[in-house]
Amino acid sequence: MSRKNWFAWLYVTPLMLVLVPFFLVPILVVLVASVLETDGFGGLIPTFTLANYVDVLTSAQTFHLYSATLKFTTLTWLFTLVIGFLVAYFLVFHVKNQLLAISLFLICTVPFWTSNIIRMISWIPLLGKEGLVNSALLGTGLIREPIEVLLYSGIAVVIAYVHQLTIFMVVPIFNSMARIDKRVVEAAVDSGASRLDVMRLIIIPMSKSGIALGSIFVVSIVMGDFFVVKVMSGGGSASVVSAFYENVGVLQYPIAAASAVLLTVVLIVAISLILRTVNIRREITQ
Amino acid sequence: MTAVLERLDVPMVKSRRHAAAPRSDRRPWTFYALAAVFTLYVAALYGPMICIYILSFQDVRGGLVFPMKGRSLHWFVDLFTQVRTGDVKGSFDRSIKLAVLVTVITLVVSFLAGLAFRRRFIGDTFVFYLMIGSLVAPGLVLGIGIGLLFQWLGINASWYTSALGAQLSWTLPFGVLVMFAVMSRFNSAWEEAARDLGASRWQTIGLVVIPILAPGLVAVALFGFTLSYDEFARSLQTAGSLNTLPLEIWSMTLNVTSPSLYALGTVTTIVSFIAIGVSIGAIVLINRRRGTGPASR
Repeated sequence: MSRKNWFAWLYVTPLMLVLVPFFLVPILVVLVASVLETDGFGGLIPTFTLANYVDVLTSAQTFHLYSATLKFTTLTWLFTLVIGFLVAYFLVFHVKNQLLAISLFLICTVPFWTSNIIRMISWIPLLGKEGLVNSALLGTGLIREPIEVLLYSGIAVVIAYVHQLTIFMVVPIFNSMARIDKRVVEAAVDSGASRLDVMRLIIIPMSKSGIALGSIFVVSIVMGDFFVVKVMSGGGSASVVSAFYENVGVLQYPIAAASAVLLTVVLIVAISLILRTVNIRREITQ
Repeated sequence: MTAVLERLDVPMVKSRRHAAAPRSDRRPWTFYALAAVFTLYVAALYGPMICIYILSFQDVRGGLVFPMKGRSLHWFVDLFTQVRTGDVKGSFDRSIKLAVLVTVITLVVSFLAGLAFRRRFIGDTFVFYLMIGSLVAPGLVLGIGIGLLFQWLGINASWYTSALGAQLSWTLPFGVLVMFAVMSRFNSAWEEAARDLGASRWQTIGLVVIPILAPGLVAVALFGFTLSYDEFARSLQTAGSLNTLPLEIWSMTLNVTSPSLYALGTVTTIVSFIAIGVSIGAIVLINRRRGTGPASR
């Protein structure tokens, strides 16, 4: 190895010393645990078996969990994408004052640095049966009885996800939009492009990498989540990971591991589909 | 997230904006529509949070929803003195210590990794995708893996060993991604100049690279601190017998139905806001001290 490579590896060694024992090896451990038998008390018997996978793949519950998770993922992705795109577009192309744009952008990002759980439970006083939304609707006479499906329902789950994750769309889309040379837009307008054409032919294609990056974040977080589903659905719905959490709770490690491996495979497929549209490494490092 | 930093450095981007001056002063209707969307978004972002801060200041009759019942600090006192709400003080203490530890490690490790990734090196793609994998892996799955690993090795899981590692697997990828953004604006000519003038490798880093990158490093620290302080999914199976604060909040959401839950939310958010305020203040201060000199480019 050349001197240059040697130094580069010296610099990434600390990173590898964390990623190998706390990411790579644990994932392999889960992989190994998924093909072992359980003794029923949280211990593992070192006998190779594929029974866990057969259990997971043939259970009707798995199908329900995945369709529920997929539904939440799609809805959340759609809402975060539309809102995130509009917000980023507004900040980049409509706010002309640079300092104002930075301040508004920071206002959007501040909640990212606060507790997710607190932000989630903060919907309770709004969406509950006696919450603000219902009181307001009752007050204006739009409804006669409080709407109960607002909290502890699928709607509440999607609201909480969109509330938490839109920022993951705003930031990368903002980043790629900020890099669009405004002269390209001007040239298009000068050549007679309508504003719809500009959006369709310039801005959306040139924001593609930001959209892809944001989608990766949103999809992987929603698919890997369990606490939003658990709290906001009031136990009414489950996700792949919340079922997995139940399994761990009763010390069924191998079956939990098998469903974790399945989830990881699904996630990898989803992410690589997104990645086909964009060179993520070039996008991030430049 | 990387854009935060780029944008904080005002002088650099200014010139580009001016090139695209508006052709007319009349704003299109879309401006107003999008401004409305933006306002609604920000209102929805902050509105619910503000509700629980207000509700945490109720008196002893207080409930989980409006209207406000009285005004007092009852639930804050309750939070730190009552046994039934759990060991809030202890978990608060642990979370702060852990977050500081994570911040320091994240800062050093991300900085070094950022230096390495400026050029291509053998195996860089592997390291890169390992990092992305660590970022997107479901937290609970990783937590179980780490928990099982420690069990097999016969080491007891605790907040300062397994949970520390689990949190680093989450904060480091963020830290390195922020470093990428910071490094992309670093001109290596400065480094070469220092080298030409006789500085050693470590002198160059200590006296040239670090001072220039200081605002970016503050941002890395902010990510390290807040992501660790609020981390939940990865700590759940790795923290051992003593809870960190988010785990405490989680158990409270399941069994506490009084405004002390909101009081804890208010307290923990104040800590986050302090961290954010200090970091942004530091970045602005560093940038201002430099003025518009060449170092800010």
